[in-house]
Amino acid sequence: MDFISILSIFVLACFVGYFVVWSVTPALHTPLMSVTNAISSVIVVGALIAAATAGSPVSKWLGLAAVALASVNIFGGFAVTQRMLSMYKKKERRDA
Amino acid sequence: MHEAAAQPSWVLLAYLIAGVCFILALRGLSSPESSRRGNFTGMLGMAIAVGTTLAIHEIASLPEIAGAMLVGGGIGLITARKIQMTAMPQLVAAFHSLVGMAAVLVGAAAYLNPEAFGIASRITPILGPSVISILPVSRIEMGLGVAIGAITFSGSVIAFLKLNGNMSGKPILLPGRHVINFGTLVAILALIAYFTQDQSPWIFFTIMGLSFAIGFLLIIPIGGADMPVVISMLNSYSGWAAAAMGFTLHNSAMIITGALVGSSGAILSYIMCRAMNRSFLSVISGGFGAVASSGEAAAIDRPYKRGSAEDAAFLMKQAEQVIIVPGYGMAVAQAQHAVREMADLLKKEGVKVKYAIHPVAGRMPGHMNVLLAEANVPYDEVFELEDINSEFAQSDVAYVIGANDVTNPAAKSDKSSPIYGMPVLDVEKARTVLFVKRSMGGVGYAGIDNDLFYRDNTMMLLGDAKKMTDEIVKALG
Repeated sequence: MDFISILSIFVLACFVGYFVVWSVTPALHTPLMSVTNAISSVIVVGALIAAATAGSPVSKWLGLAAVALASVNIFGGFAVTQRMLSMYKKKERRDA
Repeated sequence: MHEAAAQPSWVLLAYLIAGVCFILALRGLSSPESSRRGNFTGMLGMAIAVGTTLAIHEIASLPEIAGAMLVGGGIGLITARKIQMTAMPQLVAAFHSLVGMAAVLVGAAAYLNPEAFGIASRITPILGPSVISILPVSRIEMGLGVAIGAITFSGSVIAFLKLNGNMSGKPILLPGRHVINFGTLVAILALIAYFTQDQSPWIFFTIMGLSFAIGFLLIIPIGGADMPVVISMLNSYSGWAAAAMGFTLHNSAMIITGALVGSSGAILSYIMCRAMNRSFLSVISGGFGAVASSGEAAAIDRPYKRGSAEDAAFLMKQAEQVIIVPGYGMAVAQAQHAVREMADLLKKEGVKVKYAIHPVAGRMPGHMNVLLAEANVPYDEVFELEDINSEFAQSDVAYVIGANDVTNPAAKSDKSSPIYGMPVLDVEKARTVLFVKRSMGGVGYAGIDNDLFYRDNTMMLLGDAKKMTDEIVKALG
């Protein structure tokens, strides 16, 4: 991919983000933060590339450390979001 | 061109699908019903991204990678399960710092082994050994990614320490801090520009070091009440760091995610600033709440009405509608369960109970909503400021628990007040205001007195928020 196509993806994604996030209900702003936290750990992709390749041992260990940190975030972020979201309940019906 | 451009098209497609999954995950948050499915979509996206990466690389160190994921994932899962809901702001700050650090580490790894990332070209001069040269565009992207990552890391660490109480929430003001901060930022940008000409390690690591320093310097002058803005801002930075790394790695999943998270954090910061009627710049420059207002000392002697739990219970029992206004104090006292118990008893008496939430109540966006959800308060009883403000006039009782500045009528009338113009909850329009507060001495985070305490229709309930609410529950039962 050349720079311009990458830049296009980026700019369009910013707009998508803008509209999607405005539609998030304020009651769910905390889960929004924790889930964005989890997904920004997609940076683990870079960490995996560094950790997977032979060549520079320092680079590999840096990659492994980054994999560990990002994993804390991925698992922790999605799990805590799930835990929060499962607490949001509607009013129980009176006749129930 | 270079290696990263040569990825097979199914790989590009897989990363794109992962990116779309993340968009859908955020889209799901538009309502609580769709949110849980959205979260699963996000997990799916992550699995696709990780799976694809592992599939296309010759993995020389699978056991180590599995180990790192297991350790990290385990820590993450245990933390997510154990963490108290009141500690959510700290947790989010801690998670932000990890994203920042991961970005820095990936950037450093890419710098040390650029060929693995396909961002280098080998130049073989006629004389001498061949040199690995990182592509100039990649150098900018890498420099920016590392800088933003480092700022996110050190800023989030400070935010964590402040939120967790390891560090005073009071702003720390260094002399000449604006000059220092501005100078450091300019130096970082200049070094990134110079980095395109010269890829020596000292430049790379100076960029990193200065960025760690600036993240620290930017957050220490910001006080506790502005934390909702700070935490949203750091959320945004962690996204931009991921996006910058995505540019370096030519990875669309990272770029889409980075853009999503970046704009999400930016919008949240904007919403928080608007809810405090402050400009983003004034929050960032810090110092709010550092100056104790001079009116405070004089105000302490003003007469006020004090009530007991029994009085409060009696008033609320007679009411037709009670609006509960929670704030950070409720989180500190862990009073959310007691509040819900009180509301249940009132509902049994035929009283209508609603909750009113100010956007900056608590220490992060949506903080109060999560706490109330934890205490089993149905989310359709919880209302945002604009939706409920007109109802105070028709309510018999406003029960203010742990909120202060967001109820201060001075924001509407007193032009000299530091919070003038901030949208506030019109609690004083209710027939009676029951204001739970530890003591009369303390002031809110803005450091200003609240005129509400001394009004004729206000009854002060002095005591710990949880104890007071428990006593009211007893009196009602």
